[in-house]
Amino acid sequence: MNIYVQTFKRDLKIAIRNPSSVMNPLLFFVISVSLFPLAISPEASTLSQIASGIIWVASMLSVLLSLNTLFHYDFENGVLEQMLVSHYSLPGLILAKTLSHWILTGIPIILLSPLLGTVLFLTPEGIEVLMLTLLLATPSLSLIGTIGASLIVGIKNSGMLLSLLVLPLYIPILIFASSAVSQAQFGMNINQPLLFLASILVFSLMVAPFVSSLALKISLE
Amino acid sequence: MTQSLDSVTLKVNKVECQRGYNQLFTDLSFEAKSGDIFRITGTNGSGKTSLLKILAGINSAEAGTVAIDSHSVGCENYQQSVLYLGHLSAISSELTATENLHFLTQINDSKNQYSLTQALIKVGLRGYEDEYCAKLSAGQKRRVILATLFLSNAKVWLLDEPFTALDPLGVEIVEGCIQQHCENGGICLFTTHQDSSLKNQKILSL
Repeated sequence: MNIYVQTFKRDLKIAIRNPSSVMNPLLFFVISVSLFPLAISPEASTLSQIASGIIWVASMLSVLLSLNTLFHYDFENGVLEQMLVSHYSLPGLILAKTLSHWILTGIPIILLSPLLGTVLFLTPEGIEVLMLTLLLATPSLSLIGTIGASLIVGIKNSGMLLSLLVLPLYIPILIFASSAVSQAQFGMNINQPLLFLASILVFSLMVAPFVSSLALKISLE
Repeated sequence: MTQSLDSVTLKVNKVECQRGYNQLFTDLSFEAKSGDIFRITGTNGSGKTSLLKILAGINSAEAGTVAIDSHSVGCENYQQSVLYLGHLSAISSELTATENLHFLTQINDSKNQYSLTQALIKVGLRGYEDEYCAKLSAGQKRRVILATLFLSNAKVWLLDEPFTALDPLGVEIVEGCIQQHCENGGICLFTTHQDSSLKNQKILSL
């Protein structure tokens, strides 16, 4: 079977057998969002205004949390070395790993978002657009994240460094995504921010695997 | 492994290696032909692993060229002809012995007459095929990786300390495998601090 499919399946299998590494970021996502009504105000009018921002910030931070482990184990046990030595394309292998990362973090976040949106009194139209922005933008989060994760591979306690590297690149996504949701709540046209999110996705899909493979080569030397 | 390989030459020309501020070796040139077994010797920190990593295409040399036949290091044909087994185990504890071996052989593109199970039996892991690698001992994990040797059809083997954590019987199995590979026209470069009883081994000291 194709090696890229194999790599993808291998990552899923490891994650399923070691669920805590996948569950931690998701638990963080749910807990941090559900604390806001307690801390700010249970008032529907207040919460519905800031709901999209809260959910977006929380999902971004939980993706950031999950990035630490993306290459870490494969680096420690030497599988990355084998990927580098093999004649298969490293960007392709990285793309397979990114896809499994997205399935393990992005998709659960998308599936949890309507529930958390309801908790924060987001309108049905708002929830719809929120899910749409998450669907468009969480793959970009994973893709851009691989660049950061491959730069810090092999550095101990690099969580801080990773956020410094990756968060600035996440900011445009955050701005366009949360503005799309709030504009939708006011019944405005949301084509523009959605198109921006889509173009960020296409761009990171083209660039991220290559940049990340270069960074991995440097990190492994 | 039993089928004869095409003849192959590994040429290392004036390779220079530097780690940090230390120059490990300069002007290292040698040529390995089909059937050669090279044992790389040297004190700790003399650059044995660095040399193997340069040959495997993981590290890049400061200067000099490395090529198999006419393909230089890094190109697809070169990478397809090398098998590198390093210090690190390349084994995930969440996967079973068979699953780990399957991935290792897939990524090294190896296929031959042995099946995964047969290879595991050859290295003495009968009954451990579906055991999670977290439950295997250090030597058994080592054996899982070395089972790749039975499945590999790469021409050039680069083995970094293949005998660590192995018992005498394990060493004998691996040595037999290396011997067979080189008799079939392959090349093997390895490092070890143990005595090895491999026949016709050439010493390359750093």
